[in-house]
Amino acid sequence: MARTKIVLAGEGGQGVQSVAKILVEAGYEAGKEILYIPNFGVEQRGGVSVAFCQIADEKIGEPRFAKGDIIIALSDRAIARCETYTSENSVVVYDSSVCTTKPTAKCKEVIAVEANKIANEQLSARVFNIMILGVLLKATNVLKLEDIKNAMEIALGKKFDAKPELRELNYKALEMGMAMVEKVGV
Amino acid sequence: MITTLDVKPDLAKAQNAAAGASKFCPGCGHGMILKTLAKTIDELELNERAVFGCDIGCSLLSWNYMNLDTVQTHHGRTTPVIYGVTRANPGTVGIAYMGDGGGLAIGAQHLVNAATRSENLLVIVANNTNYGMTGGQMSPTTMPGQKTETTPYGRDCEVTGRPAKAAELVASIADPNKSYVARASVSNLRKLNTVFKKALKNVADGGYSFVEVLSVCPLNWRTNNEGTWERLKTMEECFEVKEFLVKEGLE
Amino acid sequence: MVKKLITQDTRMFLTGNEVIAYAANAAEAEFMYGYPITPQNEIMHTWCKLLPKTEAGFLQTEDEISAGFSTIGGILAGKRAFTATAGPGNVIMQDAQSMAEMMRIPFVCAVMQRGGPSTATVIYAQQETRLTCFGGNGEGFRIVYSTAGHQDLYDYMIKSFNTAWKYRFPTFMLADGYQGKMREPVTLYDPKSRGITMEPTPAALRAPGVIGVDREATHLRNTFNLEEELMEQLDKYQIDYDKMSKEVEEYLEYKAEDAEVLIIAHGIVARSAMTAVDELRAKGIKAGLFRPITIRPLPVEPMRKAVKRAKQVLFTESANGQLAQMCLEKLYGLTTPYQTLFKMGVGVTGDDIVAKVETMVQEMANV
Repeated sequence: MARTKIVLAGEGGQGVQSVAKILVEAGYEAGKEILYIPNFGVEQRGGVSVAFCQIADEKIGEPRFAKGDIIIALSDRAIARCETYTSENSVVVYDSSVCTTKPTAKCKEVIAVEANKIANEQLSARVFNIMILGVLLKATNVLKLEDIKNAMEIALGKKFDAKPELRELNYKALEMGMAMVEKVGV
Repeated sequence: MITTLDVKPDLAKAQNAAAGASKFCPGCGHGMILKTLAKTIDELELNERAVFGCDIGCSLLSWNYMNLDTVQTHHGRTTPVIYGVTRANPGTVGIAYMGDGGGLAIGAQHLVNAATRSENLLVIVANNTNYGMTGGQMSPTTMPGQKTETTPYGRDCEVTGRPAKAAELVASIADPNKSYVARASVSNLRKLNTVFKKALKNVADGGYSFVEVLSVCPLNWRTNNEGTWERLKTMEECFEVKEFLVKEGLE
Repeated sequence: MVKKLITQDTRMFLTGNEVIAYAANAAEAEFMYGYPITPQNEIMHTWCKLLPKTEAGFLQTEDEISAGFSTIGGILAGKRAFTATAGPGNVIMQDAQSMAEMMRIPFVCAVMQRGGPSTATVIYAQQETRLTCFGGNGEGFRIVYSTAGHQDLYDYMIKSFNTAWKYRFPTFMLADGYQGKMREPVTLYDPKSRGITMEPTPAALRAPGVIGVDREATHLRNTFNLEEELMEQLDKYQIDYDKMSKEVEEYLEYKAEDAEVLIIAHGIVARSAMTAVDELRAKGIKAGLFRPITIRPLPVEPMRKAVKRAKQVLFTESANGQLAQMCLEKLYGLTTPYQTLFKMGVGVTGDDIVAKVETMVQEMANV
């Protein structure tokens, strides 16, 4: 696929934009064409946070696309919000351990993950978003694990150096996230 | 023998001789204030460092009064233009000249914020208690009971509020370590000269100065000489003429 | 003298607001005056963060009125000064902008459009098109570049300073919240390496020389006594404006040569149109794009030629036809039918345009 359109949506505080930033940074460092728009409103906190990311091999035209190829919704409100970005070609991923509703918009495939639950039980609530990053990495299959690790160093390197165990924790979360999606490049 | 025609008018170097006859109405206070300002600039030899900005309203008629680099701006906007200049070109002695409408009504946010930040400039508000150029409407400084076109039965402070006290306001917010704030009157030009001298010295040293000058508007006041003088005296009772804030060491 | 940060070609992954701050530095801008308003804030943030390295100046003013007027002060003092604003800030900055028009002050401002009217959204729109071109109580003696992405933001911010100082008309770089907030790769460069020399910025106030000895005092004003005095001045401005227009006008055509459906769009919407043109061509529909880069002055002759060649025209904007209105006036006399796709304050996607053009072609076939 020459261009992958990703919509990542969640509640403020779930780290949606942080995940998007690492993803696009990874793409940029890997030499891809990237276009990332953080959705922002007047509310500093508390609204649904949406990230529109495009990763492509060639120059990207439209900054805002109508329908996403991969849609990741991390809350009930995010599921509702993302309906408008869903087409029959979209793959919708949602966290069933957070959401009480299921995506109902017509799409190619719905994948439920339990990242929040697994992060809480097995690792730490703090790496929930990194786990989602793993899900995204596997589902899109346009970037390599090394690209993401590289971008994580750029974003979190200082924290990692201060507490090396954090690096391991994040890597683990990333790998567990990847394992949540069976098929590569859905 | 008549010899008076040989006597040249007493013009300051900072006054523009080429401007010709005064554009101000007979009896207007602006000429007195500007002439005193020009003389003070000469005395302090600030002619090459000074930039003079004038507002909208009668003050705009001073656009070529000074033999200095000058700029005429929009109503209330002289203060930001001049601090824009002094911020970009430090060492400039910036002077923002305006009336009570430009200073206290439409440009009040600049008056307040420039004072709070104590920007490096001299703000002069010529207070004649009405909007002169637009035909004598009530201004923020119109005195209780004063008749204007928009208070034809006299200013009722219950309805329109009390007269604004610019110098008191500015003195309460300006940085005491950087500022000079005073109110003077055209009734005493020698005193005004002293006030301008301190104000300009402070600005030349990088400080912020504010001078409110009580002025006269016989045309819109509809007063004769005697009435004008009486009105000015009444104003001096309403608006205290004194120094409100003097940076330590400023003389 | 400010220190330039970019001395060689540097590929970076930035937000548009960051790009603008870097571009202003590359253009050797010396001073920024500004007031917070979303979505342009990060221009100021970046500018301020870079100050220790650039040794430039910044003042956060009390509102956009003072941001505009103090920018004028800085320019009159002979500095390459600029400001940036958006939405309601752009509205109240018109006071200063119209003074810059009247006094031929090389005012430079980046406008990051947001939704309107009123506070509306802080996100995105193309609803300040008319305001930026024709705001104020005058004739629109302004130059407005409409950008379509980060390389444009860099190129045209640099260019805006030179256009403003060369022709002495207020010059605007009109972008939007998407461009300000989005991230994409961009190549930053030293303008010198592209053969660009910055126009000198002589001081109007406190120019060199002693008053009365080397030069006369400067008296700048925007008030005239007589109607005739004003008209005489403005007639001169119009002559200058027309002469300048031929040198400054810019546009981009994308597959417009043989286009049967010509899309006319500006700014970021033109980029969506390019995506749409490719998709439509793949479907066998000969679509093309005409994108005015200067939307004031408009590149009238090339636009008329392109419209004349086409069978149909589509105007599309994130506004209710603000550009279209300006274009249609200049297309008077041509008979090419047109349709519109206007989304007020909302992004236009490639899909939107593809769907619209498909119906246009279908309708045409049915006639």
